[in-house]
Amino acid sequence: MSSQNDQSNKFSTTRRKLLMGIAALPAVPLLASSGLFSTPAMAQAPATSAVNTTGLAVTDTEVTVGILHSVTGTMAISETGSVQAEKLAIEQINAMGGVLGRKIKFIQEDGASDWPTFAEKAKKLLVNDKVAAIMGCWTSASRKAVLPVVEQYNGMLYYPTFYEGLEQSKNVIYTGQEATQQILAGLDWVAKTKNGKTFYLIGSDYIWPRTSMKIARKHIEGHLKDSSVVGEEYFPLGHTQFNSVINKIKLKKPDVIYAAVVGGSNVAFYKQLKAAGIDLNKQTLLTISVTEDEIDGIGGENIAGAYSSMKYFQSLDNPNNKEFVAAFKKMWGEKTVIGDVTQAAYLGPWLWKMTVEKAGSFDIDKIAAASAGIEFNKAPEGYVKIHENHHLWSKARIGLALPDGQFKVVYETPDLIEPDPFPKGYQ
Amino acid sequence: MFADYSLAELGSIFVMQGFAGLILFSVFVLMALGLAIIFGQMGVINMAHGEFMILGAYVTYFTSQFFLNYLPSLFGAYFFLAMILAFFAAGALGMAVEWLMIRRLYKRPLDTLLATWGLSLILQQVYRSVFGPREVGVELPNWMMGSLPVTDMVEVQINGLFVMALTIAITVAVALLMYKSAWGKQVRAVVQNRVMAGAVGIDTEKVDRYTFGLGCGIAGIAGSAFTMIGSTGPTSGQLYIVDTFLVVVFGGAQSLLGTIASAFTISQAQSTMEFFLSGSMAKVLTLLGVVIILMLRPQGLFVIKVRR
Repeated sequence: MSSQNDQSNKFSTTRRKLLMGIAALPAVPLLASSGLFSTPAMAQAPATSAVNTTGLAVTDTEVTVGILHSVTGTMAISETGSVQAEKLAIEQINAMGGVLGRKIKFIQEDGASDWPTFAEKAKKLLVNDKVAAIMGCWTSASRKAVLPVVEQYNGMLYYPTFYEGLEQSKNVIYTGQEATQQILAGLDWVAKTKNGKTFYLIGSDYIWPRTSMKIARKHIEGHLKDSSVVGEEYFPLGHTQFNSVINKIKLKKPDVIYAAVVGGSNVAFYKQLKAAGIDLNKQTLLTISVTEDEIDGIGGENIAGAYSSMKYFQSLDNPNNKEFVAAFKKMWGEKTVIGDVTQAAYLGPWLWKMTVEKAGSFDIDKIAAASAGIEFNKAPEGYVKIHENHHLWSKARIGLALPDGQFKVVYETPDLIEPDPFPKGYQ
Repeated sequence: MFADYSLAELGSIFVMQGFAGLILFSVFVLMALGLAIIFGQMGVINMAHGEFMILGAYVTYFTSQFFLNYLPSLFGAYFFLAMILAFFAAGALGMAVEWLMIRRLYKRPLDTLLATWGLSLILQQVYRSVFGPREVGVELPNWMMGSLPVTDMVEVQINGLFVMALTIAITVAVALLMYKSAWGKQVRAVVQNRVMAGAVGIDTEKVDRYTFGLGCGIAGIAGSAFTMIGSTGPTSGQLYIVDTFLVVVFGGAQSLLGTIASAFTISQAQSTMEFFLSGSMAKVLTLLGVVIILMLRPQGLFVIKVRR
C-alpha cells in the first residue's frame, strides 16, 4: 500500500511540473475554447480559466482530488472500504466523461491512523497539490484534526462516517448520518415493536459513543413512554473482557441492550455474549456500531439476531443498490462486503461532481454555496439531498443480522429525516 | 444496588462473577506466560509479543478454513491441531528473530525494547499486506460455543472452561520443563550466571534461542486460544500487550510464581471492580493500584536474587 503512495507522490510532482508548463502557455486553452479549432469534446468542456479562478489543480483534461484515509495502522480495518468506494465512484464518473469534461485524477495519501498525520497530509493535498476536493477522514478525531486545515486553506472535505454531530462547516459535506438521524428512529422502533421499556447502554469510551448515548438517554427518558435506562457503561478502546458487564446485564434483565462498542472490543463483546448464553434471538440488542464490515470480524454466527440501526445495508432491495453492489464486487472481489460508511463514502465523489456541474465551477466558495439542495437519485441508499447545514437528508433503517453476515431490512422510516447536528433538548 | 434481588439471584451472581474472574485470570496467565519466560529468563523486553500471538490467531484462522474446505467431517477437532501449528509457527518465527536480531542486543537490554517495538510495527504491516487490513472471523466448532447451564441462573461458558484447562496444562508443562528437566536446569543456570554456565559447557547461545522460541511459541498458543474471545486482525495484538506487561512486571520478572500471583490479583481486582463500578473506572483503579504497589516494591511481588 505504501508503495502506491510513493508512486502517487512521484506522479504528483511530475504533474505539478506539467501544470507549470501549461500555466506558462495561457494562450493554448484560450485558443482552444474560442470555438475556432474546437472539437466536440472541447465544446462540452468550458475553459479552464472560467471554471477555476483560484488556482486549483484543474487542466483542460483533468481535475485532481485527494483521497485521505488510513491504509496503515489500527483504522485501516475500517477505512479500507471507504477508499474502495471512492475509487469506484471516481472510475464510474470518469467512464461517464468526468466532471465538466475533465477526468478525475486522485492523489491518495495515508493518514496512518494518526491524527496529526491527517492534518499534515490534508495541508499537503491543499497547498502543494491544490486538489479540488478531499474525500477522506473516518474517525471524528481525524476530522477534528483536518477541519482547521480545510477551513484555513479553503478546501472541500467529503466526510463519510456517521458521527456525533455538534459540528457544521462551510468546508465540509457530511455524507454520513449525524447522531439524531441514526439514533431516534431506531429507539422509537425498538420501543414500539419490541415493547422495550428498560434499556442498558454500553459503549466504548470516547466522544462518539458518549455523545450518542447522551442523546439516546434523553430520548428514552424524555420521549418514550414509561421507559428507563437501567445501566450505562463505557469501556476503554481495545477492552477485550466483557464477562463482568455481561453478568450485570443478566442481573438487570433489560428489555433492550443498546450497544456502541467499536473496534477489536466489538468482536470480543459479541463473542462473549454468545459464549455466556445470551441468545440474541430472545434478548433484543440494538447496535449503532455494527455494519457488514464489522460482522466480517465478529463472525455472522456470533451476532445473528441482533438489530443494527443504519441508513444503508448491502441487502437493500432497489435497482441503484443492485447496480452498486455488482460494480463494487466486480472491482474489489466477490467476497468484499459493503457497510454503511462505505456507501456514504461512495456518495462523496458523486455529490461533488453534481455540485461542480451546478455551480459551473471548481471554485471552493461556489461549491460550498451550491451544495445545499443538490439531489442524487442514483444513490444506493435511495434518493438523498444535501441540507443547508451540509449534512444529508436520509432515511433510517433497521437491519436484522443474519448468520451469513448480511442484514435483513426489517424497518425503514417512511420519509427522509432532516439532519439536525445541533439538536435542541438533547445536549 | 442489591436490595431488589432475591438471595438466590445474588448467590448465583456471585458464583458467576467468581467464574468471570477465574476466566480473566486464565487469560492473563496465558498471555503473560510467554513474555514472562522471555523477559524473566532472558531480560529481553519483547514488545512484539502481541504480534506473535496474532500469528497464532492467523494460523488458527487458516487451519479452520482448510478444515472447512477439505475436511469438514473433522472440523470439530481442528482447534487442537491449530494450537500445535500455532506453537510451531510462532516458535519458529521467534527463533529466527532471535538469531537475526535479538542475540546481537543482549548486552543492550533497552535497545531490545526499541528493536522489538520496530519488529512489532513491521509484523503488523506484513500481516496487513499479506492477510489484508480487515479483521477475519475465525469460525469455531459448535461444541466450543455457548454455555453449560448449572442452575437456572448460573451458566458456565464452555470457552472459559477451555481456556482454564489450557492454561493449567501449559503452566504445568512449563513448570515441569523449567524445574524438572535437564534443559530447564541449563536455562536457569544461564539466567543466574551466564559466564559460569558457558564455562561448564552449556551452549548459552542455543539455550537463548530455544528459550526465546519457547516464549514465542506459547504466545502463539495464547493467540490461537484468544480467537474464541477476541478479534483477529493485523493490529489485534496491541489489545493485549499492555495487560501482559502489567502482569509480568507486577509479578516480578524472574518468577513464574510471581506471574501467576500477579495475574490472579489483577484479574480479581479488575473483574470485581468492573461489576461494582463502570468499565473505564475499574481499569483506572487497577492501574492506580499497580502503580502504588510498584512504588513500594519496585521489583514486583516476587523476587529471585540474580547475579548480573
